[in-house]
Amino acid sequence: MAVREAEPAGSLQEVKEAGLDREDLLAIYRHLLITRGIEERGHILYKQGKIPGSFYTGRGNEGAAVGVGTAMGPNDVGTPLHRDMGVHVVRGVEPWRIFAQYMGREGGPTRGRDGNVHMAVPELGLHPMVSHLPAMLPVATGMALAFRIRGEKRVPLGWFGEGSAARGDAHESMNLAGVRRLPIVYVCDNNQWAYSTPTYLGYPIEHVADRAAAYGFEGVVVDGTDVLAVYREAKRAIEKARAGGGPTLIECLTLRMEGHAVHDDAFYVPKDMFEQWAEQDPIERYRAWLRGQADMTDEEEDEITSAVKRILNDALERADASPLPDPAGLEKGVFASQEDLDTPHHK
Amino acid sequence: MAERTYIQAISDGLREEMRRDGRVVVLGQDVGVYGGAFKVTNGFQEEFGPWRVLDTPLSETAIVGGATGAALMGLRPVAEMQFADFISCAWDHLVTVAAKQFFRGGTPVPIVVRLPSGGGFSGGPFHSQNPESSFAHIPGLKIVCPATPEDAKGLLATSIEDPNPVLYFEHKHLYRRIKAEVPDERYTTPFGQARVHRPGDDAIVVTWGAMVHTASEAADELQKDGHEIEVLDLRTLIPWDKERVLEGVRRTSKVLVLHEDTRTGGFGGEIAATIAEEAFEDLDAPVMRIAAPDTPVPFSPPLEKAFIPQVDDVVKGLRQLVEY
Repeated sequence: MAVREAEPAGSLQEVKEAGLDREDLLAIYRHLLITRGIEERGHILYKQGKIPGSFYTGRGNEGAAVGVGTAMGPNDVGTPLHRDMGVHVVRGVEPWRIFAQYMGREGGPTRGRDGNVHMAVPELGLHPMVSHLPAMLPVATGMALAFRIRGEKRVPLGWFGEGSAARGDAHESMNLAGVRRLPIVYVCDNNQWAYSTPTYLGYPIEHVADRAAAYGFEGVVVDGTDVLAVYREAKRAIEKARAGGGPTLIECLTLRMEGHAVHDDAFYVPKDMFEQWAEQDPIERYRAWLRGQADMTDEEEDEITSAVKRILNDALERADASPLPDPAGLEKGVFASQEDLDTPHHK
Repeated sequence: MAERTYIQAISDGLREEMRRDGRVVVLGQDVGVYGGAFKVTNGFQEEFGPWRVLDTPLSETAIVGGATGAALMGLRPVAEMQFADFISCAWDHLVTVAAKQFFRGGTPVPIVVRLPSGGGFSGGPFHSQNPESSFAHIPGLKIVCPATPEDAKGLLATSIEDPNPVLYFEHKHLYRRIKAEVPDERYTTPFGQARVHRPGDDAIVVTWGAMVHTASEAADELQKDGHEIEVLDLRTLIPWDKERVLEGVRRTSKVLVLHEDTRTGGFGGEIAATIAEEAFEDLDAPVMRIAAPDTPVPFSPPLEKAFIPQVDDVVKGLRQLVEY
């Protein structure tokens, strides 16, 4: 069972057959712009000293994140990582809450208890990552186990990077999922650099997705800058899992277009590599496709661009108005009470 | 009431919880067909089926991480480590994910990890440890250490009901050695309420797990000399019944903190420090600690006997204390 290399996205007709109408296509564009916009504005906030700690972006990965997020069903769940802002955006996290999270404010999803992209809104089916990558893979696998035990037609998405593919958590998760044919999709954001470590020092095979064969399920490599191809592959894998066809490992190949975090200038990445990948920027690429294949008009584009600008401006303002957390509440919420179980997830 | 061994009480309690709550599932190595390495889940798979009593690969990380994910989706997983020692392989999933998820994300993680712990039968360095103190240091985890069959059942029910990650340390040396009356009906035993295993006013031993029985035997010896020693079983370390400990210290003025885990950084240090902070004026003798020495758990019987606090060690300590 060799890994499958996915075709690029094709014509409008083909995309429509994959389940996206024109509204969906424009929404994808909006989500891509919001995703990048949040991170660009965040970077400015960081430079202004308004964000404590460090700051991470997923520049270059927006297409992969938005593509997978768009393919998820309303009751599906996932554990997106620090390059996957697009997933939060697609699932409907309000951008102001993301800025509030960055700034350690009460209005962020973790209410100042965790920082940067260590956040998620569980009501929207997302659960916050931890730094110990890929520790969320066993968690996502357990979610699949719960769905399988209860016979629910829901699918969890578990994200990891090519760097963390080296850790045992990835192996134990995929092995268990393979043994039990669990309804799960593993998404590898392969941005080719684990901090400063290149792929050839991270894994000795051509693709991370080659490993799927060792766990008895399908592996797919897709161009992560092609949002529609990512969508198509994610949709196919999610629906396969939902129908009882077992796990899939999708590897989205991109380049991390910035350093590991803002302190890192990525001097170790060859300049021509950046130049080459800049030519296939996921947002530019999709914009060109929309104009060429879906006849996106200037008016439509302007409308989306200015709507995004408005959303981000409002979000920044609202986030800035969100209070800092009260230190008096620090020791609250270490332990949950029975009432805290009274959520849709625990029924 | 029926007389049950400690291990039967665990098994009964778990079966009862699975019968009354369909969300309770068991996962671990050899828990299904084989019925668990110690047979706690013997016959469970026949009753509850292969998906609620799930045999997993040898994957502690996937077991505990998987339990966390399943709990986030509404199940009440009870994960079994074949030996408490192996929890080191799932450290990240307890400490990094489960313990912190509610604090960060606001989503409770109601999992129970059953941890057959403790020595006394030449299990050697990797099948004998009592790692409860390591986890007591981690905010967000609850630590349960039953000492009797009645508590084993009641505390397990409470553990499963609790909305937090609970580490349930079941002492292997008590499994078939301790037998007592256990109520037939379902009951829960509250966390954070110490139990007087044996009353007395001359000194108090604060302890938990198998050491409750060691302390009790030592107290029998002291009684022959006319000293009445209270043996206080903490039952749970997180939360621990600080008020009851301090009350006992104030009443007896002499305290021995006893545990089977190694000395340095053991939970006994926390208890001793609390007593020093809050009941110093009430003490008539320095707080005494008896614990295992700071070595790995040795294999050979004479070495293991030297490692685990014995009745004689406790008798000696208590004599020093009452004569102080």
